[in-house]
Parts: sequence; C-alpha cells; structure tokens
Amino acid sequence: MARVVVDVMPKQEILDPQGQAVANALPRQGFEGISQVRQGKRFELEVADDVDDDTLARIAESFLANPVIEDWSVRRVES
Amino acid sequence: MSAAGARIGVITFPGSLDDGDARRAVRRSGASEVSLWHADADLRGVDAVIVPGGFSYGDYLRCGAIAKFAPVMTEVVRAAERGMPVLGVCNGFQVLCEAGLLPGVLTRNEGLHYVCRDQWLRAENTTSTWTTRYEPGADLLIPVKHGEGCYVADESTLDEIEGEGRVLFRYVDGNPNGSRRDIAGITDARGRVAGLMPHPEHAIDPLTGPTDDGLGMFLSALDTLVPA
Repeated sequence: MARVVVDVMPKQEILDPQGQAVANALPRQGFEGISQVRQGKRFELEVADDVDDDTLARIAESFLANPVIEDWSVRRVES
Repeated sequence: MSAAGARIGVITFPGSLDDGDARRAVRRSGASEVSLWHADADLRGVDAVIVPGGFSYGDYLRCGAIAKFAPVMTEVVRAAERGMPVLGVCNGFQVLCEAGLLPGVLTRNEGLHYVCRDQWLRAENTTSTWTTRYEPGADLLIPVKHGEGCYVADESTLDEIEGEGRVLFRYVDGNPNGSRRDIAGITDARGRVAGLMPHPEHAIDPLTGPTDDGLGMFLSALDTLVPA
C-alpha cells in the first residue's frame, strides 16, 4: 500500500471568494503582511501497489478536480 | 402523440429537493411524469429528462461531481448525444456541466452568501427546445436559491457560447452570484440540452410562486415533443 496525496487548488485566474474571505479576516485577527490566500483541497488516498501513476492522474483529472477551474497535483508520500 | 403521451422523466438522486416540484411542473404543462431513480440504468422510454435541484449525494466533492457517475446519468448522457431534450435546474445544471453535456462550471457565489430571492431574468435565446414559448427579450421573474451558482468558463468558451447565441437567460436587476457576463442559463450547440440556476419549476402558479413565468420552459419542450 502507498499513501498518495492529491492537492486540488483553484486556478490562479479563478476568483477564490473563500480564500479572499480568509485573507480579509487575517488583519482583523491582528495578522499583518499576508496579501493573498488561496483555499484548496487535499485528498489522501491509500492505494494498492499495482495502481499506476497514470490511473492516479485520471482519478485526479476526471473526478477529484474539475480542470475547468482547478489545478491538481499527485504525489506518493509513502510506499 | 397526444400531449399526455409525452413522457418527461425527473431524476431523484439522494439529496434531490426539487424533484417533486419538477414533476408537478411536468403535470401542469400537460405531459406525463416519469420518476427516475439515480441507480436506474434505464430511462424507461421517456421523451425528455429533467435533472432537478437539490444537493445530489450531499455535493460533498463538488456540486454535481458525484452525480455525474450515477448509472442513470450514463444513460442521460447517451440519450442527450442522440438528441433527447435534457433540462438541468440548479444542482441539475451543475450535474450537466460536470457531466460534460454543457461547458463551464458553477462555483461558489462571489459574495459567499447563499442567495434565496425572486430574480428577474431576460430571455435571450428563444429557439432552444426549452425556450420557444418566450418572446425574445422577455423579462421573467423566477426564484433563485443557491450557494454555488457563479457560472465560470474561460473567455474563449464564453465568447463561443455568446457567438452561437447559446445564452438562454441573463440576470437583470442584479446578479445574485457573480456569474460571468450575467449568465443565468445556457444551452448546448443543438439547443436541446439546457441548464439554468433559477428555478422555473417554482414559478408555474402565482399561488405558490412569484409568477407562472417558469411554465413556458415545460410547455416549450412539450411543443417539440408533440408537434402541433
């Protein structure tokens, strides 16, 4: 078994209202100097050894992310 | 085929909310309603399909993202490719975009608030299967209720949709969600698959909605299915 992390982030050109709301709240909490926040998702998958990178990419591309608005990356953190 | 002979299917997913109102709108238009279940791998011989609003499978991954893999949606995609009229409302619009039947995607409302109000729309395309009953430029008052209705696509896709006259409705008197170019609803290239965020099925009778402006969508489809 391997642990695979898939990170999904809104594309840079896509408005991210959730990230903006967090960014706007930071100064109110007394945290200065943070100009931008982007909010995304992280998926952790326990994956059998015979699942190849191509399959993982297809899972990310067709299901976990919507490539119209999101970028994704896949990495194996343990094997 | 008589009007009562036109069979319009309404899909129920776990989490669907507006399937009951959609079936009521189908009945009111004069067609026969057919209930379809998400696990059905058979459209039961319907002539058109409505994917209603709600929160299919809890919308846990993204709105509509899990529903696109439902057995019934596999059949809907096949039928749509053969030309069957399909209407997606709210969550149904999200499902049709995720399934690739319509371009673009619906994202979180720009203001981050869930919006529930009666909304003015302008009818732009009145030649699609679902909009022939409207006059071009007609203003309609139809409820919106959604948290993720901001229509987004890349600029070239937006230009293409506009250039081909595929914007069905545009928000007027205020855009509730930040949707690009005030787009409230679009159609596919053939004008048979339609999606919109506002709820025509909640505006079929002034007793229970702000107007009956939404009924025209169901009557339009019936006109196509039952040639006069």
